[in-house]
Amino acid sequence: MELLLKDGILPNGSTSDIRIEGEIITELGQELSSAGEVINCKGLRILPGFVDLHTHLREPGRENAETVLTGSRAAIRGGFTAISPMANTSPVADSAGVVEQVWRLGREAGLCDVFPIGAVSDGLEGKKLSEMKAMADSAAHVRVFSDDGKCVSDSLLMRRALEYVKSFGGVIAQHAQDPRLTEGAQMNEGIVSSQLGLAGWPAIAEESIIARDILLAHSIGSRLHICHLSTKGSVEIIRWAKSQGMQVTAEVTPHHLLLTDETARTYDPIYKVNPPLRTDEDVKALRAALADGTIDIVSTDHAPHPTEDKDCEWAAAAFGMVGLETALGIVITTMIETGLIDWPRLVEVMSANPAKIGGYITHGMDLKKGSVANIAIVDPSKKWTVDRELLHSKSKNTPFHGWQLTGDVMHTIFNGKVVMRNHNLIGVSHE
Amino acid sequence: MKHLLSIADLSDSEILGILDTASELEKLTSGSVKKLPTLRGRTVVNLFFEDSTRTRLSFESAAKRLSADVTNFSAKGSSVSKGESLKDTAQTLEAMGADLIVIRHPASGAAQRLAESGWIKASVINAGDGTHQHPTQALLDAFTIRKHFGPTLTSFSGLRIAIVGDIQHSRVARSNVLLLKKLGADVTLIAPPTLLPSIIDSWGVKSSYDFDENLEDFDVVMMLRVQLERMSDSFFPNGREYSKAYGLDGDRLKRLKSDAIVMHPGPMNRGLEISAASADSIRSVVLDQVSNGVLVRMAALYQLLGGPEFASVQETLGA
Repeated sequence: MELLLKDGILPNGSTSDIRIEGEIITELGQELSSAGEVINCKGLRILPGFVDLHTHLREPGRENAETVLTGSRAAIRGGFTAISPMANTSPVADSAGVVEQVWRLGREAGLCDVFPIGAVSDGLEGKKLSEMKAMADSAAHVRVFSDDGKCVSDSLLMRRALEYVKSFGGVIAQHAQDPRLTEGAQMNEGIVSSQLGLAGWPAIAEESIIARDILLAHSIGSRLHICHLSTKGSVEIIRWAKSQGMQVTAEVTPHHLLLTDETARTYDPIYKVNPPLRTDEDVKALRAALADGTIDIVSTDHAPHPTEDKDCEWAAAAFGMVGLETALGIVITTMIETGLIDWPRLVEVMSANPAKIGGYITHGMDLKKGSVANIAIVDPSKKWTVDRELLHSKSKNTPFHGWQLTGDVMHTIFNGKVVMRNHNLIGVSHE
Repeated sequence: MKHLLSIADLSDSEILGILDTASELEKLTSGSVKKLPTLRGRTVVNLFFEDSTRTRLSFESAAKRLSADVTNFSAKGSSVSKGESLKDTAQTLEAMGADLIVIRHPASGAAQRLAESGWIKASVINAGDGTHQHPTQALLDAFTIRKHFGPTLTSFSGLRIAIVGDIQHSRVARSNVLLLKKLGADVTLIAPPTLLPSIIDSWGVKSSYDFDENLEDFDVVMMLRVQLERMSDSFFPNGREYSKAYGLDGDRLKRLKSDAIVMHPGPMNRGLEISAASADSIRSVVLDQVSNGVLVRMAALYQLLGGPEFASVQETLGA
């Protein structure tokens, strides 16, 4: 099987054709021709497929919100060729059995790689270590572990986890949230929360855990990844740690690059998310940190919820928003259009760096001969309006309904196979 | 005005309009006939998800004095405890013919959500949402202050008002701060640091940790109810220590100006934030607040249920 991408723009700005045979890129050059399938990429950017290190797919347990199949569809619509579902399913992904089930469902969907993240503690309870080695040795080959949704707040358990994963090259992805400082918390603690009477979520609850974990990881030489940074103070701590040569990586979500706590004034829980949306000053700091390398990756924290979990009063609503299908548009709108980053940096933060942290060796590869063809083909200047009814995700909880974004994924290629062409997904009927 | 959700939504003239309407209603109902036919045929539902005897009774009296039909819905022992959502409950009540829903709810923003989510068409009055707003309380407090310091005041400029207690968790404080600021009063919030929002400066009023400082200067001292469960959350060590530092006891009462008034939204914890001597003193206007509450709520119901403008109240009522 042969596939030819004609006249696309590579991340470095040059124009090239790309020939793909089987799963592999076999040739780059000008004026290539092919008897096989050809995609005209004139004016489009050809990028390594995106890698999401922070996804919630809800299967097993909450299939009414999302399944591995519908989440995979949302992923390739957004240009992602690898996604990493978090462990907070029901049952929790804290055993080889559950991670293998999720991994196998991903293989059956066949649209992108689904690399499960294993729980750090049994049942996400933060009390004893889960069988991380068994998950690492399973068919799912888990390397990233997280209690995401909950913080590994016990210092001793966190230390043990960081030590334990060293034997198989694992990384602990921490959801940094001091539970005592955030009991009942509903939104960012600040001027807006004080006026709205919603219980505040202080920045220090995130920052104090990050500071502790950086010191812990450094003292034992382990790899630490910090999930979804949301505050300026967190950025400053990570920047300091990196300046000291400490091994830590950090992520930011698209929504934290764009939205602030002012949105809570609507009391519409579509804006309710964990960690909470912060202030304009935090948004600016996060953007600057993503540009200067303090923050390594963009992750979606795609968190599907059925309508009834958001169609209620704020306090009763679930935390989270879907993000796979709007991620690229938001990153282009907030980072490329503003001139804060260039395309090579976008490739780093959305593909190469997350692939490296997760150890996903067939993703995030340079577009060169011999690389596995995991590719997103993007119209960089197309303006489009988000319509929640058109999302492939089973859930519609996006705060960006009706927003105009710049930059859209047109085609997605997974392991050499076109899984989306002109927005048409294979295996999905279109009227 | 379609809804009454937060003092923040009201202009100065809308606030004064409600207060003036309440004054007018007071004159009309001060005789032997306490009931007006104004809202005959209209249905008001009191939708209470939190215990509150006095606010519910106050709204009920207000609606009945205007001849509206009143239905009371209390969350306890209802389908809410079986998991029915706010949306379904409100839509059910509207389907039964509610023209206006008075809602009290433990979640901040519940009233705004009910009014703005498109779930129902009825008008909504916020009778207290979590720690956010309780606008009719602030209006009745302003009405009470006005009665005491000048029934036709259009500004509270020059009045020094202290609000003392759990500011952090108080919808009464949030509503009063907004209203008193709009009317130009000089407001000071007094509480221990644990019970003041950390960014209190952004509220645009003064704050203090010391109740005894400048106590002689205040024209109005508004005491807030202290929830005893705050002690177990370490906001303060115990009632005795709180009372000593922030309670209005007999000694502090004596230091007040001769024409100062003492207010409390009720229910009072006698012996904690207010001593019995203070609560029952000649300075106390706590019971006036209760009777004024009915008048102000009548005025709010009247304005929201499409009554004509204030100027023609008298003609409409045939008075």
